[in-house]
Amino acid sequence: MNRFLLPFAIFVVVVGFLAVGLRLNPRELPSPLVGRPAPDFSLPQLHDQEKVFSSSDLKGKVWLLNFWASWCGGCKDEHPVLIHLAQSGEVPIYGMDYKDRREEALAWLREWGNPYPVIAVDESGRVGINYGVYGVPETYVIDKAGVIRYKQIGPLDADTVKGKILPLVRELQNK
Amino acid sequence: MRWLLVMILLVPCLAEAEEARPLADNPQAEARLKQLAVELRCLVCQNQTLADSNAPLAEDLRREVREMIAKDMSDQDIIDFLVARYGDFVLYRPPLKTTTTLLWLGPFLLLIAGASTLVLALRRRQKKLADVALSEEERNRVAQLLSDGADRP
Amino acid sequence: MIPEIGHFALILALCMAAVQGSLPIYGAAVGSSTLMSVAKPAARGQFLLVLLAFCCLGYAFAAKDFSVLYVASTSNSQLPLHYRLAAIWGAHEGSLLLWVFILSIWMVAVSFFSTHLPEAMRARILGVMGLVSMGFLLFMLTVSNPFERLIPAAFDGRDLNPLLQDPGMVIHPPMLYMGYVGFSVAFAFAIAALLGGTLDAAWARWSRPWTTVAWCFLTVGVAMGSGWAYYELGWGGWWFWDPVENASFMPWLAGTALIHSLAVTDKRGGFKAWSVLLAIFAFSLSLLGTFLVRSGILTSVHAFATDPKRGLFILVFLTVVIGGSLILYAWRAPRVGLGGGFSLVSREGTLLGNNVLLVAALGSVLLGTLYPLFLDALDLGKISVGPPYFDTVFVPLMTPAIFLMGIGPLLQWKQASLPELAIRLRWAFGVSVATALALPVVLGKWTPLISLGLLLALWIATTTVVNVRERVSHLVGNSLVSCLATLPRAYWGMVLAHCGIAVFIVGVTMVKGFEVEQDLRMNVGETATIGGYTFRFDGTEQYKGPNYIAARGTFRVSQDGRDVTVMYPEKRRYTAQNQTMTEAAISPGLLRDLYVSLGEPLEDGAWSVRLYHKPFIDWIWGGCLIMAAGGVLAISDRRYRLAWRRKEAEVPATTQMARQTVS
Repeated sequence: MNRFLLPFAIFVVVVGFLAVGLRLNPRELPSPLVGRPAPDFSLPQLHDQEKVFSSSDLKGKVWLLNFWASWCGGCKDEHPVLIHLAQSGEVPIYGMDYKDRREEALAWLREWGNPYPVIAVDESGRVGINYGVYGVPETYVIDKAGVIRYKQIGPLDADTVKGKILPLVRELQNK
Repeated sequence: MRWLLVMILLVPCLAEAEEARPLADNPQAEARLKQLAVELRCLVCQNQTLADSNAPLAEDLRREVREMIAKDMSDQDIIDFLVARYGDFVLYRPPLKTTTTLLWLGPFLLLIAGASTLVLALRRRQKKLADVALSEEERNRVAQLLSDGADRP
Repeated sequence: MIPEIGHFALILALCMAAVQGSLPIYGAAVGSSTLMSVAKPAARGQFLLVLLAFCCLGYAFAAKDFSVLYVASTSNSQLPLHYRLAAIWGAHEGSLLLWVFILSIWMVAVSFFSTHLPEAMRARILGVMGLVSMGFLLFMLTVSNPFERLIPAAFDGRDLNPLLQDPGMVIHPPMLYMGYVGFSVAFAFAIAALLGGTLDAAWARWSRPWTTVAWCFLTVGVAMGSGWAYYELGWGGWWFWDPVENASFMPWLAGTALIHSLAVTDKRGGFKAWSVLLAIFAFSLSLLGTFLVRSGILTSVHAFATDPKRGLFILVFLTVVIGGSLILYAWRAPRVGLGGGFSLVSREGTLLGNNVLLVAALGSVLLGTLYPLFLDALDLGKISVGPPYFDTVFVPLMTPAIFLMGIGPLLQWKQASLPELAIRLRWAFGVSVATALALPVVLGKWTPLISLGLLLALWIATTTVVNVRERVSHLVGNSLVSCLATLPRAYWGMVLAHCGIAVFIVGVTMVKGFEVEQDLRMNVGETATIGGYTFRFDGTEQYKGPNYIAARGTFRVSQDGRDVTVMYPEKRRYTAQNQTMTEAAISPGLLRDLYVSLGEPLEDGAWSVRLYHKPFIDWIWGGCLIMAAGGVLAISDRRYRLAWRRKEAEVPATTQMARQTVS
């Protein structure tokens, strides 16, 4: 190849990457925990502070863990989707109230509805750190063996639920 | 007795201006935190280091790192802890892995490529330019001209 | 009404740019003097139209016209006038208008100062610039119109980001753009040379002053950006290797390599193809920088609000311009003849060695900036590449370059002798090494990096002294001063610019090696000592600014009991968007900066405070300014002043025509 064409060739490769880059989101952080066991936790429940909710309670079941907070705007957007999903009964959604205040969380649920059978309270945010949470809402799909199979960053929408979450949940339930 | 009371009351006036205390409880641990946090990325304000960011998550992570320092964990253990949860994205110093070999070796390769291109180009050029034989007289003239020109820009 | 006039002016400017970009180039190809003469008036006309548009936008800002969407999103009724005007370039659309405006300034400058160029060359240069301008105008008019209306008009604007409400905002972007956009002239020269097939030393001689001026502006622009970040962002840093900082630094590296390569091409006629390629690179990196900032492809603190459509447009534009130039290069460059030969050990050799190192450094910065994108695009994970990488990679590449900077000016052209050089430099080398090893110990702290930094700075200084002495010894004159005065300004420009780098290195080394920082909780009346200075906190009080409310702290600084200064750091809350911002207090000095930043209020009027003592930090930006001054001095050299004054000689009509057809 004519060595004078080398700059052009390199340029074409770079532009190719830039073009692909336009479709990507540089701020989004995929989780290294997908495919790994979900970190254990044992936290007090929101509604009944005497009781404790542990991740190990749910071994043998496929479930969703949804990190939310009353101060989070995106949580309002995804809430109708969660309510709908909970009503369908296909998969239980457990809530993790992240860095929130009890009264405000309870008031929020009263206003917007409660799709969760149980809600754990992560007041300090430590469990969130163990799960690699860096914003709310974030949702994890956890299988029967307690392994994280999918992480949704940001609010869930109906299309993602239908296209990604439900098929995955059904597949995991059949195992 | 009264004299003693007066002296006690006067003590604050005799005292010099107070020296301010460091913000952190343990300055040494804090220094180590700073050294680590400067190379870590805040995941919320993604353009700031963990040391500088005021985001709530950054404060939580600093608290975690402080606790790990207090537990005498090594720097590598602390980094592993964070990478296990957030991936390599959290490190401003990219780790050396198969995927980053090109990144770390790249500059060195560029230098070698550039240097060898330069040397080869000069050699090629030297060969192309014909060597014209000069007579003794011409050679002297050339030498004289060259030395005149050496001190001009 | 006024915004519509501005909008219309831009449309007319686009038409004019289209004319300017097509007719003169075609005219040069076929030798038609009429078509080529379209270039000058088109360039000047375009300048006037863009100026009109710019003034219309300025008027909209000054008059607080919130029915213009751009004004409503970047301005506010409480914003002071000078910041309202600076807000013209506060966000994407307006900064594009600034880009085009500055491009038109450069075009008009070329149209005035190019009388000594052959007409075909000038026609092609203005034509290429016209094409670039066309691209940007089209971009603005399709997806980034600053004159778009907001109906119904907003009641009040969203305000300029508080971080940008600062004098730095007024000067830094225009300076930076003068540099960025100025490389389009060097680019246009290169393309014109490739199109015309006349690639000779004369081309380099004409191109040099334009390239140097653009380089000066870019040096000042980048330095200002760094200085501004230092005092505005409140954490005492001055360079973060942020993608947008890199986007402005890479053209600077390419530009520096270019001015050195042009020196070789000018003096010896060699490496013409390489100079042309570098000129294309420098401007390509400017365009790439424009793309990176506006496309959302990389996270950056500087990034403008993004929109995939905009990113795609710039990418297509970039591909056309750069791809087209590189294809032209691949086609025409092989035909370019070789210049004079030279050995590796010679002045040309060191100049090109400098090029190799600068391009390797540039490539590394580009690699580090784009690597996270590469991996993400290939689905190989997400990484971050930050200061630890760049610092590790950049310093080893620049160190040999600085070493070469010392010996280059001392070598003869074409062929020099290494042993002879060693003898001439043994004193300089010895002094540099000895001082570099000893000085840190004297100052209290020795690390290898501090010694290295000092060694490089001293090396530049001592080799410069050797160089000047050798030069003067060859001259015969009445006094030292008159001898020095006979040396050409281009030479002094080089000396000054290189010394500027030495000053810069001293600044960086001393700050990184010796700066001290303390994070304290300070009650009212408490003191803290740092770097020999004692700071006493005298509490805070409320202070009302034009569009903010601040808690202003008072710190009395003394040294050895003598009062030095009083510093007033602030914690501001901007009312429009309820944003808080820390305004650090800096006491600058020749040998040190004192830096105080308020943290958070604690109980009983106490505050968390950060204090810094930063020795020699102003030498960083001082060094950059000295570099730019060196560039200015070099351009004011006699031969350029003569060239400007010289008009194209009167030539009989028949000969004139013949000259044009051949080009």
